[in-house]
Formats: sequence, structure tokens, C-alpha cells
Amino acid sequence: MDAIKFVEQDVNGNIDFPDFKAGDSISVSYKIREGNKERIQVFQGTVIQRRGSGSHETFTVRKVSGGMGVERVFPLYSPFIDSIKVNKSGSVRRARIFYLRKRTGKSARIKEKLFVKKDDSAK
Amino acid sequence: MPGLLGKKIGMTSVFSAEGKNIPCTVLEAGPCVVTQVKTVDSDGYDSIQIAYGERKEKHTSDAMKGHFKKAGTTPKKKLVELRGVTEYKTGDELKVDIFEEGAWVDVTGTTKGKGFQGVVRRHGFAGVGDATHGQHNRLRAPGSIGAGSDPSRVFKGTRMAGQMGNVKATIQNLKVVKVYPDENLIVVKGSVPGAKGSSVLISI
Repeated sequence: MDAIKFVEQDVNGNIDFPDFKAGDSISVSYKIREGNKERIQVFQGTVIQRRGSGSHETFTVRKVSGGMGVERVFPLYSPFIDSIKVNKSGSVRRARIFYLRKRTGKSARIKEKLFVKKDDSAK
Repeated sequence: MPGLLGKKIGMTSVFSAEGKNIPCTVLEAGPCVVTQVKTVDSDGYDSIQIAYGERKEKHTSDAMKGHFKKAGTTPKKKLVELRGVTEYKTGDELKVDIFEEGAWVDVTGTTKGKGFQGVVRRHGFAGVGDATHGQHNRLRAPGSIGAGSDPSRVFKGTRMAGQMGNVKATIQNLKVVKVYPDENLIVVKGSVPGAKGSSVLISI
């Protein structure tokens, strides 16, 4: 297994994204290639899960756009991800907050985590 | 063709320069020692014998101990003969740097054993008819295995139930994605027969 980790470390390199988890509100800047031109699209929403490990790790971001729920799955090590910004860290009790899908309006809110641990903020 | 013995480490995936996610297998390849050289003069054909993996002295027969001693190396676990290779001499070490990134290799291994399997799993038969309408006991049966009194026998090679897997298999033309000479690792695109840790022969 260590050899696999070595290969993954070598090909993925170190990604310098901030640490985020389910419940956090983030903005993902995603590179989109149209022909020869490249532009950046920002997808802003709530992280509802992080899944997998190593090269295969992905995260799902959910937003409500015009009354319609939109979810997008990003591979964490995708070369198309330009940057990730954590707007708000949310306080939730589970790692996969799929219950958000059934909720709208007031009940779909997530409490903000106001006191962040010192070693977390260092990242 | 030159090649190396090694073992399968496992699978992962790698993003290519275009951003495509490529499924890959990580293999440990070599280092292998040339333990014997055969030539047209001595044996009637050209080949080299390479060895890989450490074997304990107490598990090695005296005859094999002598064989390894002649090549100036310690007892090894796996031996294989590569025909048509001439440019090496006894005692030479073959390392993973014989492979280039972007080249194509063949990987030979032993497939995972599936045990005694029926025809549905082993040969992809559809099974027989319905589960209901009076059908009984026949759901995954092979059906007819041939005509009756005319041949009065079953033809050879008729597909039936039996041992599946645990056979030698070669996957041809796998692209070399990465080579790590210091770690003796090679990363190829796609899958490779066998379980993790099983031994493989990687040849050009």
C-alpha cells in the first residue's frame, strides 16, 4: 500500500486547498476549456460529503439555484480545480448531510461554526 | 524479448495532462539477476534466465544453491527464461529502467481463482428458460450439450462447468504511464491479471 501512496503523492503533488468538510460553504473555481480558450467558473454551495481516499477522493457541493437543487461532484485532485475558498464553516453532526436534500427554506440552514480551533485556523 | 519479473502492488488512478483520469496498476518490477545465459552454441537457441525475489537458504535445494552460486547471487524465488535476448551476461542486474514512459508492455500473470463455476458464470450462458411455469431446478443449467444418437457422444471442447480462473493470462499492449527507477516501480495503464502481491512478468 505504501508504494501506491508514493505514486499518488508523486503524481498528484501537494494540493494547497484549505481544509473543508461537510457543512462548510465553499466556492470552487473550476477551469472550463472551450476550444482553445480557458475560463474559470465558480460553483458556490454547501459541501454535503467527502468520499473516497487518495487519488479517488471526491467531494459533493450542493446549491439551490432558482428553486432547483443542483449538486456537483468534484474529484479533489482534478487538475481543472483552480482554487477552493471556504466562505463559512458550518456546524453539523454528521459527515454526510444528505438530509439537506429534503429541506427547503429556514430548515435548510446550517449553523455557522463561530469558534474554530487554533490548529484548524493555522491551516 | 527483454522483460522483468515483479509483483502486482495494486491499482490507483492518475490525471493525465489533458485532465483525463486514467486507471492504472502499480507494479514492482525487479531488480532481476541474470542467472544463466543460453546460446545457439551451447543449447541451440538464445535466451537468458532471470531471477527475482529473495528465497531463504534453508528452503533452497542444494542443486539450486549451486545454480545461484554460479551466477554469484543469493537464492531467488522466481525464475523465468526469456528467449531471444542476447545482450546480457550471467550476473548482470536488470532494473526497471529498461522500460520507457509512453512505451507499450505486455504483462503476464495468474488470474484470480474462482473455483468450480457453472456455465452461467464461466461461459456467460443465459441459463434455461423461466423460473416459473412449472420450471424446476433448471435455472442455471447448461441445456443441451449436443445431438443424440447421431454423434452418440459429446464433442470435445463443449463448454461446461469447471474450474475458472487461476490460469496464466497475458494482457498485451499496456501503456507505461510512469517509471520510478529508485523505487523499482512501474505504473501501467489498465488492469493486470492476478491478486495484489501475485507475481507478474512484464515484457516489452
